[in-house]
Amino acid sequence: MADQAAQTTTPDTLADPTVNTVSETQAHGGEHSGGFPPFKAQTFPSQLLWLVISFGLLYVLLSRIALPRIATVLEDRRDRIADDLDQAALLKRQADEAIAAYELALTQARARAHAIAQETRDQLHAEVEKTRHGLESKLSAKTAEAEAQITATKDKALGNVRLVAIDVAGEVVARLLGEKADAVATEKAVDAELSANPTGGR
Amino acid sequence: MHQFQIHPIVPIHIGGYDFSFTNAALWMVISVGLVSAFTIFSMRGRAMVPGRWQSSVEIFYEFIANMVRDNAGHDARRFFPLVFTLFMFIFFANMIGLFPYAFTVTSHIIVTFALAGSIFLLVTITGFVLHGPKFLGLFVPHGVPAVLLPLVVGIEVISYISRPISHSVRLFANMLAGHITLKVFAGFIISFITGLGAIGWIAAILPLLMIVAITALEVLVGALQAYVFAILTCMYLRDALHPGH
Repeated sequence: MADQAAQTTTPDTLADPTVNTVSETQAHGGEHSGGFPPFKAQTFPSQLLWLVISFGLLYVLLSRIALPRIATVLEDRRDRIADDLDQAALLKRQADEAIAAYELALTQARARAHAIAQETRDQLHAEVEKTRHGLESKLSAKTAEAEAQITATKDKALGNVRLVAIDVAGEVVARLLGEKADAVATEKAVDAELSANPTGGR
Repeated sequence: MHQFQIHPIVPIHIGGYDFSFTNAALWMVISVGLVSAFTIFSMRGRAMVPGRWQSSVEIFYEFIANMVRDNAGHDARRFFPLVFTLFMFIFFANMIGLFPYAFTVTSHIIVTFALAGSIFLLVTITGFVLHGPKFLGLFVPHGVPAVLLPLVVGIEVISYISRPISHSVRLFANMLAGHITLKVFAGFIISFITGLGAIGWIAAILPLLMIVAITALEVLVGALQAYVFAILTCMYLRDALHPGH
C-alpha cells in the first residue's frame, strides 16, 4: 500500500497519498490530520466516476440480460401453469361427462333389466295361467262327464229298483192275498212310494 | 477510521482530479460482479421448476416487482430495472461490507448522495416531462385554506428538496454507525486483553458476544436499509407519475 501511495505523489493530487501514509502510522489513533474519511472531498471524483461506471454497468447487465431472462422464465411458468390448469379443467369436464354418461347408461340398463324381468315374469305368469286354465277346464270337463255318468248310472239303478220293486210288490201281494195283484195298481203304488221317499226308505 | 479509508490501487489523474481506481471502486466492482453472477448464472438453467439459486433470484425479482407495483403503480414498470439495480447494488454492498477487511461502499456519503441525487433528478425530470407545469401541483395539497397555502406550499417545497439529503444520509449514517459500533466493540477486546492480562481474556468475552449480536443486527440493518432506499425510490417515482396524490 505504501509503495502505491508513493507512486501517486504527483503535483495535482491533493492530499490522498500523504493522508494514507499518515493513516497507516496513526491507524489506532482514530482522529488524524486527514479528517473523517467519508467527508474528504478529494476522494469524491474517483468515487463518483467509479460509481457511475459500476452502477451503469450493473444497470445495463441487469436490464438487458438478467431481468428479461427472469421475466421470460416466470412468464413461461405462469403460462405453463395456466395451460395445465386449463388442461385439468378440460379433463375434469370430460370425466364429469363420462360419469354422467355412465350414470345414464346404468339407469337405462337398470330400467331395461327391470322391464325384462317384468316381461319374463308376466310371460311365465301368463303361461302358468294358461296351463292352469287348460288343466282346470279339462278337469272340470272330466268331472262333469263323471258326474253325468254317475247320474246316468244312478238313474238306471233307480229305474231297475222300480221294476224290481213292482215285481217284488206284485209277488208280495200275490203271496199274502193269494191272488194276482192288479199290475197297474201296484205300479202306481210303488211310484207313489218312490216319489215320496226317493232314496229307498233309508 | 481505517476501515473507511480510501486509498488508490491504480492511480489515475485527469485534469487535476483524482480518478484513481481505489479500494472503494474495487468493492463497487466486486458488488457489481456478484450481483451479475447471482442474477445471470443462477438463471442459466431457465428451469420450469427452479433450483435453490434460481428460486432465490426469483424471490428477489418478485419482491422488487411487487414493491414497484404496490408503491409506484402499474405504469412504473419501466422503472423496475432501475429499482432492482438499486436494491441489489445497495443490498450486496451492505452485505459485503460486513466481511472483515472488506470496504463498505455505502458508508461514504458521496456514493449514497450520488444515488439519491440522481433519483431526485430523475423524479423531477420525469414529473415535468409527463405532466409539464401540472407537476407543480404536487406542492399544493387539496383542501388547504387559502391563508395557509403559502406556508404549506413552502413546507412542501422544502420537504421535496430535502428528499435527496434524507434519502442518502439515512443509508450512509446507518452503515457508518453500524461499522463504527463494531469497531468500538472490537477495540474493547484488544484493550481488555492488552490492558488487563489474564482477566482481560475473560472480560473480552462480553464485547465479543456483543460483536456477534451486533453483526446479526447489522445484517438486518443492511437488508432493511436497502429495502428502505428502494421503497422510497418507488414512492418518489409515484409522485412523478401521479403528482395528484
